[in-house]
Amino acid sequence: MNNILVATNVTKRYGDHLALKDVSLDIPKNSIYGLLGPNGAGKTTLIRIINQITYPDQGSVFFDGEPLKPEHIAQIGYLPEERGLYKSMKVGEQALYLAQLKGLSKAEAKKRLKFWFEKLEIGDWWNKKIQELSKGMAQKIQFVVTVLHEPKLLIFDEPFSGFDPINANIIKEQILALKENGTSIIFSTHRMESVEELCEYIALIHKSEKILDGKLSEIKKAYKNNIFRIGLESTGANGLLEDLQQKYKVLTHEYDSKESQLNISVQLPSNDSREILNYLGQKANVNGFVETIPSANDIFIQTIQKRNLSHE
Amino acid sequence: MNKLPLIIKREYLAKVRNKSFVIMTFLSPILMVGMILLITYLTQLNDNEKRIIAVLNESGYFANEFVATEATSYVNFRDISLAQAKDSTLSLGYYGLVYLPEEPNLERVAQRAFFYSKDAPSASVLEKLENVITSRLRQERLRELGLSPKEYAEMDRSYNLNIETFDGLQNIKGINEIKAVIGGAFGYLIMMFIIIYGGFVMRSVIEEKTSRIIEVIISSVKPFHLMMGKIIGTSLAGITQFGIWIVSGVILLFIGLAIFDIDPSALTKGGMPQTMGNGTGMDVDSVTQNIQLYAQEIFEIPILAMLIFFIIYFVLGYLIYSSIYAAIGAAVDNETDTQQFIFPVILPLMLAIYVGFFSVFSNPNGPIAVAFSLFPLTSPIVMLMRLPWGIGEGGVPVWQLISSILILIATFIGIVWVAAKIYRVGILMYGKKPSYKDLFKWLKYS
Repeated sequence: MNNILVATNVTKRYGDHLALKDVSLDIPKNSIYGLLGPNGAGKTTLIRIINQITYPDQGSVFFDGEPLKPEHIAQIGYLPEERGLYKSMKVGEQALYLAQLKGLSKAEAKKRLKFWFEKLEIGDWWNKKIQELSKGMAQKIQFVVTVLHEPKLLIFDEPFSGFDPINANIIKEQILALKENGTSIIFSTHRMESVEELCEYIALIHKSEKILDGKLSEIKKAYKNNIFRIGLESTGANGLLEDLQQKYKVLTHEYDSKESQLNISVQLPSNDSREILNYLGQKANVNGFVETIPSANDIFIQTIQKRNLSHE
Repeated sequence: MNKLPLIIKREYLAKVRNKSFVIMTFLSPILMVGMILLITYLTQLNDNEKRIIAVLNESGYFANEFVATEATSYVNFRDISLAQAKDSTLSLGYYGLVYLPEEPNLERVAQRAFFYSKDAPSASVLEKLENVITSRLRQERLRELGLSPKEYAEMDRSYNLNIETFDGLQNIKGINEIKAVIGGAFGYLIMMFIIIYGGFVMRSVIEEKTSRIIEVIISSVKPFHLMMGKIIGTSLAGITQFGIWIVSGVILLFIGLAIFDIDPSALTKGGMPQTMGNGTGMDVDSVTQNIQLYAQEIFEIPILAMLIFFIIYFVLGYLIYSSIYAAIGAAVDNETDTQQFIFPVILPLMLAIYVGFFSVFSNPNGPIAVAFSLFPLTSPIVMLMRLPWGIGEGGVPVWQLISSILILIATFIGIVWVAAKIYRVGILMYGKKPSYKDLFKWLKYS
């Protein structure tokens, strides 16, 4: 089995509202899987189904090859977007309680908590109450509690919200380290920037439906439109631009007369750039030539726009 | 699933360690005992003030009618004039002076008798004196009619109508009031416990919602377990509180009585002044006999059965109501939004108490009492109010008791099922305040 989690044709309704429509996903083991989509798309519903907080109306979910059942809860760690802790409980006591709820023995939980608290340098918080801590500090404790029982699958819903950049970085490193140690991770967010550096696979959820999924690098390849950004140095720039516009499909252009610099973006009929490079070499000095690879954000927006058009 | 004990433990400790809980637990009995001591002490102060009343008896009657009691004693003046007697009374600091002039017959003496005092005399003193004179007058009149003093004493013996039920059980006056007090106390205890601890359950649910820990927990345990753990944990905390109250209350009471040197029997004696103080004709035998009858009747109240049924009704009633409270807590975001839902919950409780006091006590087996002791939302209170009258013959028919408990259990299952559904959906809903229609819709979510 190469997939830690497989969802097939999952549909979920809340009254008249269709929260998930026929969603199928394959989440490979030992990878970071990005679950992307705008707010209200259905990500949280899907995550709640995986956590067995709610159940699908149709379709099925398999965890590590078996149909999802209550015992699997101990192998899943979940950091919800709406998260908090008991305000008047002490940090250590609370962490122990939550770890025990996940099935750890008290002694084992204590041992692991000590280890994590030292790792994140928060050991002296043990006897503090949550209400004495800052939001970022509480988030760190939540992170520890989520990973403490060493689950096979970790689900992070907007894990970086509420962290300052330094702590966000610490957490990001920990997430990557967990992945190195063999944990599979689902990473749900609507902020695309964080996706590029972390996720190997992504799925786009939009209006209750999955509209795209796969390996991020392959999706990017597929979404390339043979667009190249070209920088040219030329004094007779205006004439050159007209020639180029006749010969190729120029999408954008800008000319800086002071620097004699012309920047254009061109869409080629194929991914073969040798022909245009030859042509340009004869006309001007090429000081920039790069293929535009769409960002996750671009892909996201493009897919949704395409979809909206095809629906109209 | 050994998570339920974990949840119960946490809920219990969270409640018990709470500062306001600790303060409430230890302050309440001190306040209560303090009040009792204060009242007892004040009562005793009042009694300690002994009145001395001077009697100037120039008539040939009232030789030994003025008998000293605990609160009043009499001093007889002899061979002095009224003016002298008045002066002496004043200078000796006595409460007042009774003047009985010399007249040919008792009628005239009574007509011309006077009571002199520095201030206006208290009503109780006047009544006492009047009683003495009235009684003497009656005796005199009856003697004129030819009755001997012995016959008179015979005639004045107090009388109680004998009461018996149709199946031959002897009954006594006033026992119904005692039973009502016992039943009422049980019913009232249940109501208070439900309202206070149901509120705690509700607030605890709201706290989990507002602190947003709920989703973290729900990903580890079933919502139903969390709800039940919360209800059980909170109720255990409540039972702890009651336990501490009872134990510390009893200890404090005895310590207090020892410190203030108050005789506990003084408290009970004060309870029946009519029987004890009015010793004119009632002979001691009938009093003790009556007390024995009361004791017998109280022992005939099925105390053990009542305790068992108290626990059954208490547990079921509390579970039903606190599930409703938990569902309310889950449905709203903050406590101010709970008002519209809480009122319909408290309504049947209030109704039960009122029905109990007005209908059950006057007719414990009447149709209203029966109906309300079968209706599951009121039965825990109303049935307990009926139980002091016994089970079976003369009391609550066995079939009513059984069907009431069965209805209660069925309702409990139904309500917990509904509450768990509302709870499960509600705890993950934020933002808008739900209407009853919304709640109904939630029931249909799977």
